[in-house]
Amino acid sequence: MSTSEARWVTESIRVADTTLTFRKAGAGAPLMALHHDVGNPPGAGFLDALAHQFTVYAPLHPGYEGSARPEWIRNVRDVAVMYQWLLSDLGLSGTTLLGLGFGGWIAAEMATMSPAALGRLVLVGAMGIKPAAGEILDQALVSYLDYVRAGFEDPGAFERLYGAEPPTSQLEQWDLNREMTFRIAWKPYMYNPTLPHLLGGVKTPALIVWGRRDRVVPLECGERYAAALPRARLEVLERAGHFVEMEQPDAVGKLITEFAAVPPAA
Amino acid sequence: MHLMYFTEQPMSAYPEQAGRDFGATALMFSNRHFDPVAGSRLYNQYIEHYKLAEDVGFDGIMLNEHHNAPFCMQAKCNVFASILAAITSRVKIVLLGNPLPLADNPVRLAEELAMIDMISRGRLVSGFVRGGGQEQLATGVNPAFNRERFEEAHDLVVRAWTEPGPFRWEGTHYQHRVVNPWAVPLQKPHPRIWIPGVLSKETIIWAARQRYPYIALSTAIDATKKIWELYDSVAAEAGYTGGPPNRGYLQRCHVAETEEKALANARQFMWMQGEFTGLAHPVWSSPSGYFSPANRRAFVEFAVGRRSNPRAAAFEDQLREQQIIAGTPKTVLPKIRRLLEETRPSIVGFWAADGFVSDQDTRTCIRLLGQEVLPAVREMGKELGLLSPLEANAPVSIRYDDGPGLEAVAAEAQAALR
Repeated sequence: MSTSEARWVTESIRVADTTLTFRKAGAGAPLMALHHDVGNPPGAGFLDALAHQFTVYAPLHPGYEGSARPEWIRNVRDVAVMYQWLLSDLGLSGTTLLGLGFGGWIAAEMATMSPAALGRLVLVGAMGIKPAAGEILDQALVSYLDYVRAGFEDPGAFERLYGAEPPTSQLEQWDLNREMTFRIAWKPYMYNPTLPHLLGGVKTPALIVWGRRDRVVPLECGERYAAALPRARLEVLERAGHFVEMEQPDAVGKLITEFAAVPPAA
Repeated sequence: MHLMYFTEQPMSAYPEQAGRDFGATALMFSNRHFDPVAGSRLYNQYIEHYKLAEDVGFDGIMLNEHHNAPFCMQAKCNVFASILAAITSRVKIVLLGNPLPLADNPVRLAEELAMIDMISRGRLVSGFVRGGGQEQLATGVNPAFNRERFEEAHDLVVRAWTEPGPFRWEGTHYQHRVVNPWAVPLQKPHPRIWIPGVLSKETIIWAARQRYPYIALSTAIDATKKIWELYDSVAAEAGYTGGPPNRGYLQRCHVAETEEKALANARQFMWMQGEFTGLAHPVWSSPSGYFSPANRRAFVEFAVGRRSNPRAAAFEDQLREQQIIAGTPKTVLPKIRRLLEETRPSIVGFWAADGFVSDQDTRTCIRLLGQEVLPAVREMGKELGLLSPLEANAPVSIRYDDGPGLEAVAAEAQAALR
């Protein structure tokens, strides 16, 4: 898969009295990518590669990554509704919705709200479902660095992406992102107890991707997503942690491209 | 002056090495290291110290609370306040205070405080705090809404105390169908509210706007002066004059029969300042959203070890800055005089001992403070014109600035009930 850089433009749109900012690149069928709670890593080529196949829309979650924080917002469903509003105002249909980690939770909530509005659903290491045995790693108890490091199976991957000593501006952004996560996902932490009951209505073809060594969201949650979504398939990648697409961008990109290319069965 | 006795109620009876090995003695440091036999002994010892403090002449007993950490055994200050309400007869019971954001039901808190006020015959001073960062994590309360919850819970408690029910409360963080607690405070319009703090400007500004006395918790003298500059300027904007009745200070002060013994025991004040207990991860002490955005840059650097802890000064520095005072009654008095002259507080809490200071040495300290230090400090207060809000019969808040006659009401109630 080509990894040359895509040409990104930044646009914004008013949604729910909030300025939603999104980056856009590429051409082809629409794909909306929802980022992690820790934001987008600097210089990650994963979305650039996808932009060769899709028109990629990459919104910044409200209150994350420097975007405006709506003071009224209280839960992840609020974000999901705002993104459904965004999809609707952009006039997109048949969209492939890709959710990474925390963004996967938002994507799953969006799918339950309006299953017919989506062409495909891809969840990668998604939060949102309470594991039966393990726990979702609680960032409230660990430092910014330790939390991000925990997302990688390969310790060297962290340094390659963020550098040995991430700049103070990155630490500040992680703190701001974390504050926003607390504002909308504090309790219960990182899951919605009603979500599993609502996934059965999502007839959208779904691809669930998980890292075998995910230390943030247990693989068991991926199995539960795959069982609850009627048309889902689970792909587990060996030698990958929570940030599957950062550790194995080519493999995840290939899975998504192939998944999107197959026409959905009736 | 209003002179109070204070102890953190340290739970020093646990294996120190376990704390060092774990690397933290807060929040996640396992309570398997808590020994309830020692806990029972220490709680009862602290009760005896409080009784002694009243006997030797303190005006008040200051209580606080913390969670999940050995530096403070008191998990609910209303429990000790209730005990003191029954077993003491003269001292003010000064709560500094109840952490409002931790309350999921502020109406219940208003009821408990009203009960304490009545049982103590009007001796309650009901301070409120935001609670430390770890307190939010220990109780599952969202740190990002800490200040909002503090202010809303305060408004609800004061209204429950002062406005006859029933009424309905539909707030942002609290919703109550019926606010109508049967128990209401004895003191009218309501018990005094004092606000302690150490870090945040927002709290100083908020307290000054309410005209609540602010109690600086063991800050260095220069930092304390800056607190009063800020408080007084906000007071002026609010239309009143700040000054001694609005100023309190918590002074670490250990007194012994010899200088050597006092200094050795005073080193125990370092016990909870990170030498080994009170060790916590920065993101536990200041979870995201808890602290002021203005401090964010400095904090994140501290959190990953790129900056040293701004609060952890060396023992010798703290002696020089008088954040710790230690000596015989004769040698501590000039230092207290310097504190009074330079910062002019009318409320002074004496934090007498900490850590592993023995029961006997703590009792000696309380006795020496009562017999030899407090009388001299009262004389200094008179000479310097440091009238406490109680002595000045100051209004309980800006809302009641025509003078509440609160002390007169309390005295009358006490007389009637005897």
